[in-house]
Amino acid sequence: MFHWKIDYLASSLVRTAAVFACSIVVFVIAFLTREAWPAISELGTRLLGDESWHPKATATAGTFGIGPIIVGSLTVTAGAVAIAAPVGVTSAVFSEYYAPRGIAVVYRRLVELLAGIPSVVFGFWGLVVLAPWIARISPPGQSLLCGMLIVAIMILPTIMLVVQSALATVPRIYLEGAVALGMGRWSVIRYVVLPTSRRGIATGVMLGATRAVGETMAVVMVCGNVVKIPQSLFDPVRTLTANMALEMSYALGMHRSALFSSGLMLMLACAIAILSTHVWSRRA
Amino acid sequence: MKNGYEVMLLVSLCSLSGCGPSSSVPSDGQSTTRADEAPQVSGLSGTIEVTGSSTIAPLMMEIGKRFESLHPAVRINVQMGGSSRGIGDARQGLAEIGMVSRDLKSDEADLKHFAIARDGVCMIVHAENPLSELNRNQVIDIYTRKVANWKDLGGTDGKITVVNKAEGRSTLEVFLDYFKLKAEQIEADIIIGDNEQGVKTVSTSPSAIGYVSVGTAQFDKDAGVPIKLLSIGGVDATVATVADGTFPISRTLNLVTKDEPTGLVKQFVDFATSPDVHDLVRELAFVPLEN
Repeated sequence: MFHWKIDYLASSLVRTAAVFACSIVVFVIAFLTREAWPAISELGTRLLGDESWHPKATATAGTFGIGPIIVGSLTVTAGAVAIAAPVGVTSAVFSEYYAPRGIAVVYRRLVELLAGIPSVVFGFWGLVVLAPWIARISPPGQSLLCGMLIVAIMILPTIMLVVQSALATVPRIYLEGAVALGMGRWSVIRYVVLPTSRRGIATGVMLGATRAVGETMAVVMVCGNVVKIPQSLFDPVRTLTANMALEMSYALGMHRSALFSSGLMLMLACAIAILSTHVWSRRA
Repeated sequence: MKNGYEVMLLVSLCSLSGCGPSSSVPSDGQSTTRADEAPQVSGLSGTIEVTGSSTIAPLMMEIGKRFESLHPAVRINVQMGGSSRGIGDARQGLAEIGMVSRDLKSDEADLKHFAIARDGVCMIVHAENPLSELNRNQVIDIYTRKVANWKDLGGTDGKITVVNKAEGRSTLEVFLDYFKLKAEQIEADIIIGDNEQGVKTVSTSPSAIGYVSVGTAQFDKDAGVPIKLLSIGGVDATVATVADGTFPISRTLNLVTKDEPTGLVKQFVDFATSPDVHDLVRELAFVPLEN
């Protein structure tokens, strides 16, 4: 099969790398499942059914309801994506089709820089600047709204950069054809560019969403972390990731296992997000 | 669980070379510190198992690391499991030293105890808050939402933002213990993780009240952070009142041993209670004891 030794070498090298890469996921899932198993088998539906989250090291002593925390993760993620997706897509369209070349390059570099800012910096800014502003409208300030805004800022560059590279792959011949038919710039974007790059846009939004659901440091600092289903944008929430970050180093026994089970759920949520994006973009 | 493998490796190495008692590996909460393989300088060698309070464990790991760097042939294994495990393990000889983050009870008088630090918790508010003192019942009313406006406590009109600690933190335990509250009774607006986050939250929110370790609060206040440490029952919250035991929301962090320690264990206990580790005690926001 192989004519050259180098081909054989390269082939085994890439195969090893591929096996290594995907075995990490398998190991992570196996580890999470093993650690979460005591909670899943002993608590079972109590994880969703218990009326509050007051975990203790044994199953009988504490209550383990993570329902409000799941709601917290979902609302923060949904809000952040709802803010960041339209802004990300339109700014990608701007830099690809409206901005003069020089400005587009500078703009892209700035967004890349934004993508590289560590999350703790956003969290700190949210804690000392944004949260007090929101507190002036309605205390306590550290709230669902604050979390949505901070996470939206953080996932914006991800969405924008992925969408922009998707826009750049629209075949030139489509654009020329559209212009030849007398379509204006907006019509070309609306009826040719966006439908053609729908898949790339979906990937960008999905990447943003998975980053939003996994964001931890900043969320711990700005969301208030109270375990309760929020009644308004100004109520505090706790997310699954914040829950683990706050309590993992102090948790023993069943408490610790319950935290691992929320990690498993997080993994599951990401898997569902990725799968549904695939299904959606294939159908389109 | 990198730690887990390290422990297993260490344990197998230890039993191979026959140094010290071998130990079982519990499934959670364990950690270990390790000395570098350096030529033996001091005459001390062996392994000390330290188990118990998760409050003291981070401090003991740091102290252990320092002790190991001074005595490269010594291993200090620190494992968490709560104060009662510290008592039990020391009593049964499963560990040479137990960590107990409270004063000893009367039925625990058979154990020898050594105070290594004190842990104090104080209420903090924003510097603009006109109040400078609260009594016990007022704090309880605030945290159970019987009082929701600063006006009712003699302050300026405004909703009180209640800042509480996350489950499992030692500061929360001390707080609940002193005010005889249960975690379930507290209705918080914001839940924080570490002390610094508490100080940041209160210092940026004039309507907030929270509680943090006295060491952290005083350090930050002295550095110019706009917070105020409230007196409780007429006693000012300072590192000094925590150290001499007059500040009421505080506790002693103890090491316990079954018998009067000798040899290596004595050396280590002496080291852990000496001024050589006061900087580590302060770093972890506890209050060192002046002898």
